[in-house]
Amino acid sequence: MSINGFAQIALFFLILPLLAAPLAAWMQRLYAGDAGWLGWLLGPLERGIYHVLGPLADGEQDWRQYAVSVLAFSLFGVAAVFALQLMQAWLPLNPQGMSAVASDLALNTAVSFVTNTNWQNYAGESTLSPLVQMLGLGVQNFLSAATGLAVMLALIRGFSRERSTGLGNFWVDLTRSTLYLLLPLALLLALLLVAQGVVQTFAAYPTTSDGQSIALGPVASQLAIKHLGTNGGGFFNANAAHPFENPTPLTDFLLVLAQTLIPAAAALLFGRLVGDRRQGRMLLAAMLLVLAAAAVATYCAEAAGNPRITTLAGVDSQPREAMPGGNLEGKELRFGIARSALFATATTATSTGAVDSQHDAYTPLGGLVPMVLMQFSETILGGVGSGLYGMLVFVVLAVFVAGLMVGRTPEYLGKKIEPFEMKMTAIVVLLMPALVLLPTALAAVLPTALTALGNPAAHGFSELLYAFTSMANNNGSAFGGLSGNTPFYNLLGAAVMLLGRFGTLLPVLALAGHLAAKPRLALGAGTLPTHTPLFAGFLIGVVIVVGALTFFPALALGPLVEQLQLWQATP
Amino acid sequence: MRFYLATLRPALLALLLLSAITGLAYPLAVTGLAQWLFPWQANGSRLYTADGRLFGSALIGQSFTRPQQFWGRPSATQPAAYNAAASAGANLGPLHPQLSELVQARIAALRAADPDNPAPIPLDLLTSSASGLDPHISPAAAQWQAVRVARARGLPLAQVQALIAACREPRQFGVLGEARVNVVRLNQALDRLQP
Repeated sequence: MSINGFAQIALFFLILPLLAAPLAAWMQRLYAGDAGWLGWLLGPLERGIYHVLGPLADGEQDWRQYAVSVLAFSLFGVAAVFALQLMQAWLPLNPQGMSAVASDLALNTAVSFVTNTNWQNYAGESTLSPLVQMLGLGVQNFLSAATGLAVMLALIRGFSRERSTGLGNFWVDLTRSTLYLLLPLALLLALLLVAQGVVQTFAAYPTTSDGQSIALGPVASQLAIKHLGTNGGGFFNANAAHPFENPTPLTDFLLVLAQTLIPAAAALLFGRLVGDRRQGRMLLAAMLLVLAAAAVATYCAEAAGNPRITTLAGVDSQPREAMPGGNLEGKELRFGIARSALFATATTATSTGAVDSQHDAYTPLGGLVPMVLMQFSETILGGVGSGLYGMLVFVVLAVFVAGLMVGRTPEYLGKKIEPFEMKMTAIVVLLMPALVLLPTALAAVLPTALTALGNPAAHGFSELLYAFTSMANNNGSAFGGLSGNTPFYNLLGAAVMLLGRFGTLLPVLALAGHLAAKPRLALGAGTLPTHTPLFAGFLIGVVIVVGALTFFPALALGPLVEQLQLWQATP
Repeated sequence: MRFYLATLRPALLALLLLSAITGLAYPLAVTGLAQWLFPWQANGSRLYTADGRLFGSALIGQSFTRPQQFWGRPSATQPAAYNAAASAGANLGPLHPQLSELVQARIAALRAADPDNPAPIPLDLLTSSASGLDPHISPAAAQWQAVRVARARGLPLAQVQALIAACREPRQFGVLGEARVNVVRLNQALDRLQP
């Protein structure tokens, strides 16, 4: 641990709110229909899209219509990405002559990108052509994020409107999010990344005089939206550890910032749209507090290093300016320990799932933190859109628990929380653990599943637990030693990712529909204030208790027992 | 029911239109701008030998193994180290028996290559990188190899150390990342000095 390490972590937490605040103001403006000079530039395109889509792109939708629109759009998305991969060999822009992708892998990848998971069973540079990366994966990087934003807007409208059936229009929310928010930010970020050394070309792989073939591609455009949209599927197999995806510490800083920016702004946007900015600031503060604690914990665990290596004779592991020390196995030297730890926590707190270091090689406690962050149901910032709607479900749960304690009917922002709301909340809160634990248990007893493990004993179990935690929460990062490209993991994984995404999204839309229909009650003396530090602490407590109680036994079999073994093995 | 079927039409059209914008127009625009503004970076930060052949990319490590070259970090790519067409990490957990075996083998190999060097070996020369393509080593790891390289090339140590200093990249803005030495640039500089 060094002062510089803590300074790098602190710098991120200082800059993120400074950028999220103006972005939230911009989002409020553009969702109100005023996109400023961008509207002047892209307005004709936006209106042209609505014209082609026809009458359904006009007017309000109730929650069922909104949900059907989301489902139909996602269905075509899966079909398109699946078909592109199967037809890859016959399509243009394929300089390396990649052949068609196997159908189970293609299905897994298609579902993975449409659900904003971006689990990587494929190895980008040796499996997919630039065309499939752009027109299949890259498109869903935008559209799955925009879909998340749309559902989030619908839920926010559920709170901000009263006695209404309408939740907005999915096609309008989708188009505005894509054109005025994601596209401009991605263009800007992509150019910054290229300036630092990220490649952007359609040329074939060059070969050096020593015979090294160097993979290239249109990486920067893909990378920018991969992080802004909390997607995380890498252009290359090594993801953001690859020097062409993340060439300098500055790009690493920008990527961490990009993947947290929209989720952080979304929390502030919520406060603005419900007419009480303190509510948004409370949510963001609660999220950042947990993330900061997680980043510091991971940093400390990784800086402590692997005693199996550092205690060997003749090894120089003394951290100093000229050598970072710590657990360097599976980390890039330009990032060292602090940047890797910050990236690992930010990528799992948000549902990004990109990696700039191999999480599988982390110390047991260092790898436990990212796993736990995902097990908090992606509420700590979470995915673009999906993070905020996930967190709001936990807010409803917290308000309900608090109401039980004092024996009052719970209400949030003037909306009474009644049995229907609690049923939807219970589905969201309980579905995810089932999607993690049941497949993990199944894989742990199936010989065909166990042959995929890259590590023995407790660490092997951690690989399984991490994999299904990641897929059920639509994160996409992995303990990469698990060779998941088998029909078992491809098909079961696809099912888990679909249920994880839509099993949350549909109850959230139903919740939004019922909330919008209720009146907003005036705040009384007995109303629980939900903008206070006290409530933020209570909310964090509920998130942690639900996550910890559910997953502690499984974690005890994996990272916890492994950490004990590591301490025991050290002389 | 009619509404549900009617939704299929805008769903398909929205996917087609937005695909054209985000999947074709956007990456092509980025490519055009990148090739215009930053052509060297956009094409892979290529370095050339004195006689104009492609030496490599300044960002992609190579398998340097000759005694007169600086060696990079261990690489886990398959089938050979530093395969830049198939990046990969080792993904060995901290307790994996293979990990300590590999590290001990690396210690033995580095000691055998430079038996007169009594200094302990910097950690980054013993642990594999995440991408298998890390172009950097720590300044300590470069220093550890300086005497061997100078001897193998018959160059004064001070000259080799000056090259190390020239290829040293500090923390960005004094804060971000770690101080490091670019092995590809360092070996290119050595080759240009003395092919």
